[in-house]
Amino acid sequence: MTSTDVAAAASAPTVSHESDLLRFATAGSVDDGKSTLIGRLLYDTKTLFEDQLSAVEAVSAARGDEYTDLALLTDGLRSEREQGITIDVAYRYFSTPKRKFIIADTPGHIQYTRNMVTGASTADLSLILVDARKGLVEQSRRHAFLCSLLRVPHMVLCVNKMDLVDYSQEVFDRIAEEFTAFATKLDVPDLTIVPISALKGDNVVNRSENMPWYSGCSLLHHLENVHIASDRNLVDVRFPVQHVIRPQTSDTLDYRGYAGQVASGVIKPGDDVVVLPSGFTTTVASVETADGPLEEAFPPQSVTIRLADDLDVSRGDMLARPNNQPRSTQDVEALVCWMDETDSLRVRGKYAIKHTTNEVRAVVKELKYRLDINTLHRDEDAEALELNEIGRVKLRTTKPLLCDEYRRNRETGGFIIVDEATNRTVGAGIITG
Amino acid sequence: MSDYRVSHLDTLEAEGIFIFREVAATCQRPVLLFSGGKDSIVMLHLAQKAFAPARIPFPVMHVDTGHNFPEAIEYRDQRVADLGVQLIVASVQEAIDSGFVTEPPGGSRNRIQTPVLLDAVEKHRFDALFGGARRDEEKARAKERIFSFRDEFGQWDPKNQRPELWSLYNGRVHPDEQIRVFPLSNWTELDIWNYIAEQDIPLPSIYFAHDREVVERDGMLYAVNEFLAKRDGETSQVRRVRYRTVGDASCTAAVASEADTVEKVIAEVAATRITERGATRGDDRASEAAMEDRKREGYF
Repeated sequence: MTSTDVAAAASAPTVSHESDLLRFATAGSVDDGKSTLIGRLLYDTKTLFEDQLSAVEAVSAARGDEYTDLALLTDGLRSEREQGITIDVAYRYFSTPKRKFIIADTPGHIQYTRNMVTGASTADLSLILVDARKGLVEQSRRHAFLCSLLRVPHMVLCVNKMDLVDYSQEVFDRIAEEFTAFATKLDVPDLTIVPISALKGDNVVNRSENMPWYSGCSLLHHLENVHIASDRNLVDVRFPVQHVIRPQTSDTLDYRGYAGQVASGVIKPGDDVVVLPSGFTTTVASVETADGPLEEAFPPQSVTIRLADDLDVSRGDMLARPNNQPRSTQDVEALVCWMDETDSLRVRGKYAIKHTTNEVRAVVKELKYRLDINTLHRDEDAEALELNEIGRVKLRTTKPLLCDEYRRNRETGGFIIVDEATNRTVGAGIITG
Repeated sequence: MSDYRVSHLDTLEAEGIFIFREVAATCQRPVLLFSGGKDSIVMLHLAQKAFAPARIPFPVMHVDTGHNFPEAIEYRDQRVADLGVQLIVASVQEAIDSGFVTEPPGGSRNRIQTPVLLDAVEKHRFDALFGGARRDEEKARAKERIFSFRDEFGQWDPKNQRPELWSLYNGRVHPDEQIRVFPLSNWTELDIWNYIAEQDIPLPSIYFAHDREVVERDGMLYAVNEFLAKRDGETSQVRRVRYRTVGDASCTAAVASEADTVEKVIAEVAATRITERGATRGDDRASEAAMEDRKREGYF
């Protein structure tokens, strides 16, 4: 990409207080043009800086590449550059006057499924790239499946390299149709499909004149306007207590506040709340921040809640509404993605679980099946989960988890599994029941 | 507020506060690295908000190269006194004087900060260190976790990072291992400046345009001071400059600027086409993977 073939760059925002934040994860197979697309988004939004570009140009030239390898912008590690592949998630940032964006640039290779899962866990939107010449490959389906499993609310399929198929509507329609049929099976709530050429810039920032048959908007326009505010759960009040604030100073001796980030729901002073797991009820006396009290708190605000009664409340407890409580259970069913290469998940294995601000120990009671993420076939004879494998397990915990089904609440439905001997994060779980 | 909109700065602030509280609740001996630079100033501001009305429940530490801009040190001491937090100074000069580290030729003390930092960590038995690094600064940092595990030698292993999902951070360590914690991971330089403006946070004067005696070297403007002498053939001149980063005075360059208010700085940062490290830090130019290599040794 040279500076001359880039359309008029978007103006950088000077006042950003009004803009909100969209997190998206990119996925796609190795040569689908993911790095080129990211490079173009960064370049066209003035986020790619001259010194970064010239550094990449210099490395490309020194290696004798025919063209500037934009993948070097995102492959930041020595070993990634040596091998020419992306190993780990990289986070990239750009903004337009409307929105700020965080890109989780996840590796395409199946070997790094765990990194795809990592990037998608916090994403509002997943962006899946396919090469128009190749159509849907196994990798596209696998990534779409993982994004649907992680309940990423919005999905965009970019049919890339349209310039190499003569901007053919027929090619695009065929891929779009095939993918739509596949996505229906996965329960993808919002799917948008855009024909693009990341290299030439068609439909990335501006609508392309090369595809007059396409009536939708450009990719960037979609990213700027997709409605994400209602993706948050504002119904079920869930406030995991993170830290108890008790200033030991003379003028605040009686102060006792429960600090945390609102996981879901809207909390107001005067609301009746139940403290879990103890089950005591009280009312919210105030919702406070360092900048003063709030009339209400909602996700993702970090606040401090004071209660009307003196109760025993500590980290790991949760505030909810008496008539709308999470499940409190020691028996959890979950889909687990195993992420450790040195050890595997085994039945009767014992692990530490981190769920909201709560930490418990758990034993694997049963591995119901291992899922083949390519065919969605269930192997019920499986006895272990190895690196990058996904399976359905039954866990028994030492004390209750205060949880919801992941499909209803991403914040109270997900957990990580930690090996108590090595302290490594060895797996991630999605509560299904 | 009826549509429950949350601006991106509010989202970043909420995430940062969450991270500070998470470390305070789960780690035994955290410490906040504080240099008097704009990122660590925002960190201290977030830490103060996270625990208000209580005090910040951990000390702050400055790994002092001895090559400081006096304005930054003055600011550091004032801010720490205002907040009533304990300041630990890990002195590179003392480490040189005692023979613990050897001053490299050329005068940059950047690299010998690492053993001094690790020595202080060991001495104070810190298990969690807050750093102000942002992922937008550098390509190796773009790969780093918010809770970044370091082994007993303080080393980062980019191929062996703990997966980090949702906001579930794994801060468990064995004795002598540490977690480096980066609450500003998702902030950009422009976010930092917009937040400083929004929150009206005071900064050391060197961040704003002022006249300073500088020499031009490798295309960058270095201040002439006791730590940085003119080389043969170099002539100095007084230029209107400001600093985009505040690091070791021997390797941190200024940029030509007329921006003497926060608003003007924001306009300048929004328009620039050069990254802050590319424009001002000689230490990052050493090699293609200079930052990754230093982080592997234990640097932030």
